[in-house]
Amino acid sequence: MTEGQIDEGLRSELQRQGIWVTSMQELYNWGRKNSIWPLQFGLACCAIEMIATAASRYDIARFGGEIFRPSPRQADLMIVAGTITKKMAPQIVRLYNQMPDPKYVISMGACAISGGPFKQGYNVLKGIDRYIPVDVYIPGCPPRPEALLHAFMELQRKIDDQKLTGANKAQHLEPGQPSEFPVPAFGEHDLEPPANPDVFQAPKLERV
Amino acid sequence: MTPNPYLFIVIFAGVALAFPLLPLGLAWLWRKFFQPPKPGAQKNAIYECGVESIGEAQIQFRSQYYLYAIIFLIFDVEAIFLVPFAVAFTGLPIGAFIAILVFLLLLIEGLIWAWGKGCLNWAR
Repeated sequence: MTEGQIDEGLRSELQRQGIWVTSMQELYNWGRKNSIWPLQFGLACCAIEMIATAASRYDIARFGGEIFRPSPRQADLMIVAGTITKKMAPQIVRLYNQMPDPKYVISMGACAISGGPFKQGYNVLKGIDRYIPVDVYIPGCPPRPEALLHAFMELQRKIDDQKLTGANKAQHLEPGQPSEFPVPAFGEHDLEPPANPDVFQAPKLERV
Repeated sequence: MTPNPYLFIVIFAGVALAFPLLPLGLAWLWRKFFQPPKPGAQKNAIYECGVESIGEAQIQFRSQYYLYAIIFLIFDVEAIFLVPFAVAFTGLPIGAFIAILVFLLLLIEGLIWAWGKGCLNWAR
């Protein structure tokens, strides 16, 4: 069940003889990574690329992610595709909170990472990672569908590496790790709080 | 010796029960041994559109809406009955004819009452 119980050499030797050996953890991760259901929502132009990724030409179904769910209760993955306005941010955090564990976030495009070209805008959130933990970032404005597929494969790799037991097991299996994150409220000038200190620390600005 | 023909129904019912119960039981075991439940106020919220719901779901309608109910009866429900009445008009026995006339009379009475009350005047 834990890692290291099957010797790699023994496994390949057995495989040569036609015996396939696996562990609970591998079976679990194999099942999870090949049926990631994304949440069906788009925010801005990146969503068009996300739609293209789901459609026939790029076909995210090849990786098991074609079932876009319109309900957060049935989704595993949140693809934050586009500019997050400060008006929209509380809704996104609330939707994330409503997703069942294990849940993952792909921050798609420059806007979702940092505000992108609209960073100076008074109404634009400077990155969704201020409120929720992000697993994979995709740069680009907008990223091409291939980039989203690459991020999807990176996420699959990440899921495949998650441990079921032990000290460094996956976050969603830890009873103490939160599943919900505080939803920001509309303040007088900005969202309150402007960032969740548990998941985001602003980089130190150094003037030289 | 042929098996009892009802045996297949018993087998079928058994498989039909085991098919959903087995994965549910496995999921329950999985939750018990590996995945700690993490309920929360927002996770258990009723709506899942991302926007918080406002107010109560059980609200009362004001009794002043009875006028709409009467006018709905006169102009919509009456029309539904009038069409089959008109189609079967020549073949109707006298009893059915009188029954529908009473029904129409009651509604016409409501119409006159609503008219007299000024409900049909165009609001300015």
